[in-house]
Formats: sequence, C-alpha cells, structure tokens
Amino acid sequence: MSKNKKIFFQIVLMFALLGFTGILINNLIINLTRTDIGFKFNWLIKPASFSLAEHSLPYSPSDSYAWALFIGWINSLKVIISSLILATCIGTLIGFLRVGKNSFFRITTAGFITIVRQTPLLIQLMCWYFVGFLSIRNNTFLNIRNILNISNKGIEFFGLYLSSEFSALLLGLSIFSSAFIAEVIRGGIQSVPLGQWEAYRSLGISEKQGFFKIIIPQALPAFIPGLTSQYLNLAKNSTLAIAVGYSDIYAINDTIINQTGRAIECFIILLFSFLILNLLITKVMGIIDKSIMRSRI
Amino acid sequence: MKPILIAKNLTKSYAKGIFALNNVSFELDQGKVLVVMGPSGSGKSTLIRTINGLETFDKGELNILGIKIGSDNDERKIQKIRRRVGMVFQQFNLFPHLTILENITLAPIQVQKRQQKEAEEYGMYLLSQMGIESHSKKYPSQLSGGEQQRVAIARSLALKPELLLFDEPTSALDPERINEVLDEMRRLADQGMTMIVVTHEIKFAKEVSDQVLFIDSGKIIEISSPDVFFSNASHERSRKFLNQIN
Repeated sequence: MSKNKKIFFQIVLMFALLGFTGILINNLIINLTRTDIGFKFNWLIKPASFSLAEHSLPYSPSDSYAWALFIGWINSLKVIISSLILATCIGTLIGFLRVGKNSFFRITTAGFITIVRQTPLLIQLMCWYFVGFLSIRNNTFLNIRNILNISNKGIEFFGLYLSSEFSALLLGLSIFSSAFIAEVIRGGIQSVPLGQWEAYRSLGISEKQGFFKIIIPQALPAFIPGLTSQYLNLAKNSTLAIAVGYSDIYAINDTIINQTGRAIECFIILLFSFLILNLLITKVMGIIDKSIMRSRI
Repeated sequence: MKPILIAKNLTKSYAKGIFALNNVSFELDQGKVLVVMGPSGSGKSTLIRTINGLETFDKGELNILGIKIGSDNDERKIQKIRRRVGMVFQQFNLFPHLTILENITLAPIQVQKRQQKEAEEYGMYLLSQMGIESHSKKYPSQLSGGEQQRVAIARSLALKPELLLFDEPTSALDPERINEVLDEMRRLADQGMTMIVVTHEIKFAKEVSDQVLFIDSGKIIEISSPDVFFSNASHERSRKFLNQIN
C-alpha cells in the first residue's frame, strides 16, 4: 500500500470513529431532553436518606449522596486491597506448589486451578456467601478462644470484625484471583532457563536456597505484567459485591440510580472511580517493575 | 593408584530398546584427564551429567570419591558428591542477577558456610589466576562468552573440587574465544586436577588427555590413549567418526 493510501484510510477511520461517537452523544442529548431529566450533579449534595450496613467512616442517612458514594469507594478499596494481598499470598503459595517436587501438591493445586478458573466468579461468590457463611449451623462454625471466631455473622479475628458479606467477598475474590495468580507465578518460574537449576544443583546448593536465591529473583520480572493484569481484573471484579449485598461503590451507585434516576451521571462517577483506582494500581506496579529492573541493571 | 571414579554397568533407557547408557563401565584415576567423544545423541552428555546426579540411571553403580550411588539415586549422597565435584556447562549458566564475584562466592558461603571475606578473597584469587579480576563487580551479560566460561570455571573451582566435569565447554563460543578457555583447562590439568571433558576439540584431546572414551548409542566403543585413538583407533566406528570431524 502506498503512503498516500495509508493516510487516506487513517483519515476515513478517524472520521468514522468521530461520527459514531457523535451519534451516541446526540442520542443521549435527545433522550435527556425528551425525558426532561437533564445532566446535572447538584443532587450529589442532597441527603442520601438510605442507611449503609458497613461504613469505615461515620455515616448516617442524612449525609449527602456524595458522602455515601465516597463511603462506597472506601468500602471497595478496603475489599480490593485486602483481597489483593490475600490473593497474592494464596496464589504465590499455590504457584510454588504447582511447580514443586511433591507430586501430591502438584496434582491437587492443578485441580484447584482448573476448578476455580473454569467456573464463574458470581457463582463462587454466591457459594461462599450462602453455602459458606449463611448456612453455618448453630450460628458458629469455628471458635478458637476468642482469637478466631467464624459464624454466620462473619469472621472475628483478634477483635477485628469482618461482616459475613465482606468475608464472603474477600474469600471469593481472593480464591478466584489466586488461581490466576498461581498460573502467572508458574509461568514466571518456568521462564527461567533449565540451566539455572542445573547450575545451582551442580554447586551443591540446596533446592530451597536455589529456588529463593537463584530462580525467584530471575522470575520476578516475568511476574509483574501478569500480576498487574490480575490485580486490575480483581479490582473490576469487586463490583460483583452487589451479589452478596456488600455496599461497595457499585452497589451504592445502584441504590442512588434507583432513588434519583441519575443513571448517566452515576455511571460516569463509577467509571472515573475505577479509572483512578486502576491507574493507581498500574502506576504502583510500574514502580515495582522499574525497581526490579534497576536492581538487575 | 586408587581410582577416583568407578562406573559399573551404568544403564539408562528412555523407552524400550532405546538406551541413553548401555552397560557403561570405566574407571578414572586421580589426576587424570578423560576426554569423552562421540556423535551427537551418543550419550556423552548423559554420561557426564550422571556423575553429579543431574541425570539418574536405571541400573548399575557409581563410586565417586568413595561415595557409592546406585539406581535409587539417593539425594543425600548425590548432594555430597556435588559438593566435591565441579561442573562447567556448554551455556556457562552463570547467575545473571549476581555479579561475577557473587557468582563465585555464593556456593562457598551457602554450602560450605565460609566467611564472606574469606570466600571473596579466594574468589578474587581465582579470577586473577584467569586474568579477569577486573570484571569482578560486573554482571555476566557484560562479559564475552569466553570470559563468562572462565568465570564458570572459577565458580566451580571455588568449592575446591576433587573432580571437574566439562560438558562441551567451548561449543557455544566464538572460534577466536575457544583457546582462552582451553588454556585455562590445560593449566588445571597441569596442576593435577582430575577432569572429565566432553569435547570435539581434537587438539586439546591429543595434547592434554590421558585417555579418550568413545561412546555411541550409549555404549562405550573404546577407551584408548589419545595416541592410539587418533592415529590407530581400534574400531571401525571410531575411525568413521574421526574422519567426519577432521
């Protein structure tokens, strides 16, 4: 293709894209004027007048919609960050066992990964909530001397109370993501050339020391891109909180849309809150990636 | 002299009837250099890798430095052997995330529990013997292939091994870099190091080795002195091989 032709096609493509966006915006404006709703954000300061089961900061129904949304954002952040940490721990452990020498662990972790990856997250969340927590008989499942108490009201650990909704979401998200993270870990470890294993073995270095001093440092750079995309997925998947009744930003958005009818504005807010959150995750992972790369020149 | 290595009827097969090693028996005395030759896929790499437990075998017995291992491939005994037997690979296999000196001192510090200072001093001594002490703070990727392979030799020497294994140490090198590695190996042989070398370098084999072991299809065809092997090989198969690589 000649250069002129290429430029011509790019211009055509650009206009097609602009035209399509224009049609969508036009539709939106026509519909908003027809229904006489308009496009405003002043409702944000009106009282929300609904209560929230879970709030890390003080909240009452007389507080504004904006504050309710912020509480939702904090709730989302809380579950995302804790799931991210838990999923990374479980996923790393499973990834290590998946490539380890013990064939029992190799097979069971392969089974775990297959089952968890091949079933929908929504069903897994429902399972944790309804089968896991709500069905606990006699209200208590496990009680270890006031240290750990698991009941149908949630988990209490050293005085830290986690509601059953939060716990179900935390477990569901962590276990689901851990299976994907385990595969990222496995891929990274297997990307290290076989000769590196042979080299440390031939020097009489033990399997444990060789793994942590030779293999893992070389596998780290290969972990980062995969982990970043799993963390982004985890953050987005957290919106399934609504299925177990946890008041995350999406669930609160949903309630507000029902009350105010401000669907467009609410979705724009939702979109930007996730954009900011995920850009933050990408940025942090980028910094980690850079520091790893720098440490190995 | 008491042999440092005795291999008895070593046998390894991947599938029925296909042997990587077929009843391999030989001995090696202390201070001797054994060169292993053979066509590709003949089992020469398998043989040398069996000696430090990187490959297992199905039948037979190995006695290395008085440590006997059988087909059960006892991990603890293999570990003991690895601490006393060094290995140099075709692809160098230096640890890319560690500096040259760290590559060399890692095993002495971790395995032999030596003091870091002592290990570093000995590491620097080994590097200076090879004339590459100025590279000690660099990373492997900053060195040429020949330099990397000399670091790999220094790394295996750091454990003060009683037997050194070389698995095609010059095959991945540029032709003009081969001699700097072969010279180091020659120096070690002159110092009395016991070595087993898988190589195609005929000149090195002729000048340095005490014995040449020729292997094909996992079977030892002949073990002769280099004089006999290169001028008057007793087997038709050996002569054919030598004609092809000459």
